Amino acid sequence: MEMIYFLIGCSVFIALVFLGAFIWANKTGQHDDTHTPAIRILFDDEEPKSSDEESCTTVK
Amino acid sequence: MQNKAISEKIYCFHCGDPVYSDLFQEDNHEFCCLGCQSVYTILSTNNLKNYYKYNDHPGKAQDKKAEHLEYLNEPKIAQKLIDFQDNEYTHITVYIPAIHCSSCIWLLENLYKLNASIVQSRIDFTKKQAAIKFKHSEISLKELIELLIAIGYEPIITLQDVVKKQKTVNQNSLVRKIAVAGFCFGNVMLFSLPEYFGFGAIDKEYATLFNWLNLSFALPVLLYSAKDYFISAYNSLKLKQVNLDVPLALGIFILFLRSAVEIIAKSGPGFSDTLCGLVFFILIGKWIQNRTFYHLSFERDYRSYFPVAVTSIQNKKEQPKAIADLEVGERILIRNNEIIPADAILLKGKAAIDFSFVTGESNPVKKTLGEIIYAGGRQLGEAIELEIVKSVSQSYLTNLWNNENYKQYKRKFQTFSNSISKYFTIVLLAIATSAAIFWLFNSNTDKAWAAFTAVLIIACPCALALSSPFTLSAALSIFDKNRFFIKNTGAIEQLAKIDSLVFDKTGTITSPKSQHIQFKGDLKESELQAIASICRNSSHPLSIQIVNWLKLDTLKSIQNYQEIPGKGIQANVNGNSIKIGSANFTKAKTEADAGSRVYVAIDNEIKGYFSILQPWRKDLSTLISDLKTTYDLHLISGDQDKDREVLQEVFPTSNMRFNQLPQEKLNYIQNLQSSNKIVCMIGDGLNDAGALKQANFGIAISDDINSFSPGCDAILEGSSLNKLPQFLTFAQDAMKVIYFSFIISLSYNVIGLFFAIQGTMSPLFAAILMPLSTITIISFTSITTHIYARKNKLKSS
Repeated sequence: MEMIYFLIGCSVFIALVFLGAFIWANKTGQHDDTHTPAIRILFDDEEPKSSDEESCTTVK
Repeated sequence: MQNKAISEKIYCFHCGDPVYSDLFQEDNHEFCCLGCQSVYTILSTNNLKNYYKYNDHPGKAQDKKAEHLEYLNEPKIAQKLIDFQDNEYTHITVYIPAIHCSSCIWLLENLYKLNASIVQSRIDFTKKQAAIKFKHSEISLKELIELLIAIGYEPIITLQDVVKKQKTVNQNSLVRKIAVAGFCFGNVMLFSLPEYFGFGAIDKEYATLFNWLNLSFALPVLLYSAKDYFISAYNSLKLKQVNLDVPLALGIFILFLRSAVEIIAKSGPGFSDTLCGLVFFILIGKWIQNRTFYHLSFERDYRSYFPVAVTSIQNKKEQPKAIADLEVGERILIRNNEIIPADAILLKGKAAIDFSFVTGESNPVKKTLGEIIYAGGRQLGEAIELEIVKSVSQSYLTNLWNNENYKQYKRKFQTFSNSISKYFTIVLLAIATSAAIFWLFNSNTDKAWAAFTAVLIIACPCALALSSPFTLSAALSIFDKNRFFIKNTGAIEQLAKIDSLVFDKTGTITSPKSQHIQFKGDLKESELQAIASICRNSSHPLSIQIVNWLKLDTLKSIQNYQEIPGKGIQANVNGNSIKIGSANFTKAKTEADAGSRVYVAIDNEIKGYFSILQPWRKDLSTLISDLKTTYDLHLISGDQDKDREVLQEVFPTSNMRFNQLPQEKLNYIQNLQSSNKIVCMIGDGLNDAGALKQANFGIAISDDINSFSPGCDAILEGSSLNKLPQFLTFAQDAMKVIYFSFIISLSYNVIGLFFAIQGTMSPLFAAILMPLSTITIISFTSITTHIYARKNKLKSS
């Protein structure tokens, strides 16, 4: 049952890593704007070849 | 100059407004005006047509005013606007109200395709801001702003950039505190679980370890997460006041103290679980309470209205100068559409000043040489020269804004939870001490300590601290959905107490946008058709309004169409020459109070005129009669009393004031307040700014919430004014919810106290009771608030 000390240590350590990651994300301003990136990801990278095609990606 | 009339309804490819002429066409797309077309030209030549793919009609209607941006080349002024500059790059954040859809984001983030010197641009959609990084050796700040204007995204440049300075930092540190508290809470619950179910005989050795782990998790919660409560409690006690943070801080501290004592003495498992849970929940409550609208600003002062710089004339040389540096006696040049920044004397030129910013009245006022023009007006027409008589901060309106009167006057306003917390704390301490004394007399020191701490722990007003934030933030979001934007949750409590309402007239109970047209005169059907056919070819706002008002489908063919800017339009229909336009243009005899009139002359004979009136807002009479029974209604207007008779039917005669100066409006509110009225001022223009600040609750009416509105407690969209009675009732209902949840939380406390004073409260009991009361309060407040919203028809079921 000595293993339990090790396991507790591990679990607390992993939890602390996640807490640290959250605090880092927060401090570097990654939570400042949660809306725009959601829209940004939907934009096409390349210009479609035939520019007269009717739009099918309506993002709002 | 000549063209066919268009008979089918077409919408502008860029902005979606109806197209009234076929003058503007490109690539088989129709445009409503040259502005929209030129934006399209820029985008299509730069291969940015994707802009039109993400949304239909993504642009905004272009009404460009010639802006003089020379001041952006002044290093002293530019320095104040930019965020950061190094040898190569300059960073600037600008507020662009036109940002409204995904196409906007796409285009603005692809600025580098238009100009390679723009290295990066990032859009914050909710704040409507663009953070732009550019090479200043290749593109100047002025050119950058001009580029933004050219593609239809004009930034608003003011020195008081309040939108930029939001309290995001504050909220971020709170989020971190919540994260730490949540992390500790989760772990403590894990280690407390065996305790809840009872340790087996073999596992006893782990109990000590788990207790010590729990205590070490409670430490950061106490020292970091709950820090603000101790600071706030200390500050409040220093001012000899007791706010709700005092019993909270006391409870948190006692929780930790007792846990530490128990664990060190090995006499029990302590209350670390309750402590972490409590701090976690109240911090979430605080976060909910602090949530605000980032895109709106309620703290504006005169600097957001005035331009950054004006043209100053020194030694016959024109030079841009920051308005804060203007001195008395200095000469300035004001061009068409520029705002006069300080009280000044007219020296040269014909001044026609539009004071709609100030008074809401849109008809320009003519001024003669040597007359004083107050700051805030907008010059229409030719450039004028002025000599400043008062510095910007001392000018009539700005002075009123900075008025010492209401700087000293602090609203004596206590939130419900703060006013109750004093009594709460006293009663709490009394119960705790008497329980302790009782057990001491029975010479049971252990029980005395147990009872004293247990009372303070169990009665810790956690649920009470949550009832206000949860109720009010639910209410806030309901108001928000109904286009009524309130500054913060505290302001709702103030709104619930209002007993008098003071209305401004122009722009508040009349609508500046949806204008009402009347035709005075006599015209045949065929003549009306001719007028509609001619007006259809002009993009002047008045022509468009006339076309919309006439609603005629049969059109006539017209010849020799001509538009003379600033005067009117003329054309021949069936051999008759028709002129539509100003009195001057049509050679009509004007009366004194002509106002906005469009005259019609057929073969040089005046047939009558269209008069454009500012109509009352929708459902105004129902609104007033709804409010009349419960509230004291007043009307103060800066205008003439031409509408007195109409308004007499709704407002009590004694409560109407006309021709009021801004200072008099402020005084009027002050008088009402000195007779113990709790006043809500509803206004719109700069001239109401003083009154809005002075009033217990100031509502700024705005038809476009992103445009500037004076400093206030709430911004109400003009179209929602008819819901005002519901808003007021709902605010009162929200307070009822808070009172009820207070009673619920008190009854939980009483149950807990019953065990606490006997000194028999177990950690498990506390660990169950605390979250149970919290969850009850959260669900009760959010459910009842929404029920009340439905009752008040502010939410569809």
